[in-house]
Amino acid sequence: MAVVRDDVMPVRSSDDIVRVRQEVRARAIEIGLSLVDQTKIVTAASELARNTLDYGGGGTTRLEVVQDGGRRGIRLTFEDKGPGIADVELALKDGYTSGKGLGLGLSGARRLSNEFFIESKPGEGTRVTIVRWK
Amino acid sequence: MDRIPILKMGDALLITIQVDMHDRLALALEEDLTAKIAATKAKGVLIDISSLEIVDSFIGRMLDNIAAVSRMLDADTVVVGMRPAVAITLVELGLSLTGVKTALNVERGMLMIQNRLRGLGDFSGRRS
Repeated sequence: MAVVRDDVMPVRSSDDIVRVRQEVRARAIEIGLSLVDQTKIVTAASELARNTLDYGGGGTTRLEVVQDGGRRGIRLTFEDKGPGIADVELALKDGYTSGKGLGLGLSGARRLSNEFFIESKPGEGTRVTIVRWK
Repeated sequence: MDRIPILKMGDALLITIQVDMHDRLALALEEDLTAKIAATKAKGVLIDISSLEIVDSFIGRMLDNIAAVSRMLDADTVVVGMRPAVAITLVELGLSLTGVKTALNVERGMLMIQNRLRGLGDFSGRRS
């Protein structure tokens, strides 16, 4: 898989989440995603960036435009050095939350993406990667 | 700090959400709205989200909260103007906003509120 474009954005405030959404939207339009698919990837990005801020204590979002053979996609990586997730399986269940949210962030973002990866170590941080293909 | 304007339309209040919401703005809106319901004795709240390109669980929770608080103040909330792509995404996200009434546009939402006020049946407009 080749990376066509690569940007990293900070996620330190509510305003940063808005900026992440705008950039993801711009990339989604660039690679020609349909309106529904644009909406899905932007919504997933919003959920995951909010997790980075609320649970990870802030971090970064990496936006990549990737190419695999003839198809293009967007790969987003959300990374924080927060407390990490002790039980990833549990965190992926609908309705599970350690905070005051609805517990739909991780599970919902997974449903809205074509590919979903999560790595987390307690005390070290969390990295979530999603891909949406055209 | 920015505030979202709340307009009075007959017995209802109309809120048009046009900007990308963030936490402080959402909290300010809940406070402003409840104060306005109490002051105007409004019986309905219309929230127009036709300008929103996405609704995530944060906004979804805000809409649910507004509906719940308004209900306690004897006002019904109708969310109007949801874009089709947003509806598809919300359901896939797992958020079907079951606590919130919806209508296709402001006109129909207003009709739902007026029907209830005139006692022409239940809130959905059906005659009982």
